[in-house]
Amino acid sequence: MAHDSAHHGSATKRIWTVFGILSIVTIVEVALGIVRPGFLIETDFLRMHLLNWIFIILTLYKAYLITWAFMHMEHETKGLRRSVVWTGIFLVCYLIFILLTEGDYIFDVYKEGYIAWDF
Amino acid sequence: MNATAVKTGTEGKIWGGGDEQPLKASYGKLMMWFFILSDALTFSGFLAAYGFSRFKFINTWPIADEVFTHFPFLHGVDAPMYYVALMTFILIFSSVTMVLAVDAGHQMKKNKVIWYMFFTIIGGVVFVGSQAWEWANFISGEYGAVETNGGKIIQFVNAEGEQVAIESFAVDLPSDRTRLTRSEALWYESESSLPKYQLAEVIEGFKANPDLLVRTQLIAENGQKTILSREESLAKLENDGMQVVEGANLVHNEYGPPLFADFFFFITGFHGFHVFSGVIINIIIFINVILGTYERRGSYEMVEKVGLYWHFVDLVWVFVFTFFYLV
Repeated sequence: MAHDSAHHGSATKRIWTVFGILSIVTIVEVALGIVRPGFLIETDFLRMHLLNWIFIILTLYKAYLITWAFMHMEHETKGLRRSVVWTGIFLVCYLIFILLTEGDYIFDVYKEGYIAWDF
Repeated sequence: MNATAVKTGTEGKIWGGGDEQPLKASYGKLMMWFFILSDALTFSGFLAAYGFSRFKFINTWPIADEVFTHFPFLHGVDAPMYYVALMTFILIFSSVTMVLAVDAGHQMKKNKVIWYMFFTIIGGVVFVGSQAWEWANFISGEYGAVETNGGKIIQFVNAEGEQVAIESFAVDLPSDRTRLTRSEALWYESESSLPKYQLAEVIEGFKANPDLLVRTQLIAENGQKTILSREESLAKLENDGMQVVEGANLVHNEYGPPLFADFFFFITGFHGFHVFSGVIINIIIFINVILGTYERRGSYEMVEKVGLYWHFVDLVWVFVFTFFYLV
């Protein structure tokens, strides 16, 4: 706890810098969400619009900043950091992969199947 | 002052983390981190389930920009996402004041901690209030729609493709249809309040206005919802229409698949409940700070721990914001 008081000025400065970055990223996201540039929607990567990829990457960047700067993950030991972050990321990626693959498959069944759904 | 009072009170207690801390964090902080991890997995489960349903209905899902278009005091103005962006700012800013409170706690500046925690609580309350307002708009709906026999939603647009409210064109037909109440019905039977217009009134009104068209849920190549021609519209409405839907609840949803409303209520509701409990916990810690509990203890670590929870709530909102409003 003593280490923080030694760098008092820089800690506050870091907080405001991170707040600035978070605000700018959010403004960019909202602007992109309202404008929805055509070429980002028409271009697909891994079955998703480029625009959605940009949103997801910016979101992960915001999550990283909040966890590292605001939640002080950058000051924790490597062991704590890895046990929390890697566990979460691994399980979430696994879950997302399984559920989205399954959802996509059911979409195909609805679309290609011989039963009418839109009536 | 004795030795335990200057630290967190866990020294020498093996279940309290003891003196040897391999992760250099106190027991409480460690457990807060693992609680946050498990809570994050819960939210991930919800959001992944939302992704599942969305991929399942990938070409009929509502477009968020058309659902969340309200801004307080700007009635009738189409303001997609501005309000939720403002809510995001409020929550991020309350996160900033929280981390400033933690920082002030490290320096043992009681008054600064009190003020920063106060602003944090205000931010949280404003956020929960905004979410309630967002819910109220979503529940009451804006334009109304017709649900088809297959459970699909059809909406009405004018020649320019702008959505038209049902009440602006539906006609009044004489009807003796009344709400079924418990006093009129068989054992325990009743129904919820009837929509303002019946399907027949909407169809008559639609026929009387030749420039009205039907918009289906299907998303076309250009990313917009498909608009049918006048003949197709009439046929669709007369053959497939089942009932009028106004607003959204867990069963019917004028914006699209009922699942969209279900996930919206469940995920933002669960998040809102987290914010609410965060505010309550913040208030408890706030009172303790004022009473000088942590000043006497010689450590403001409790502020840090509740701060972790508060930042987590912000973290979750960042994802909810992306997946409900942006993507």
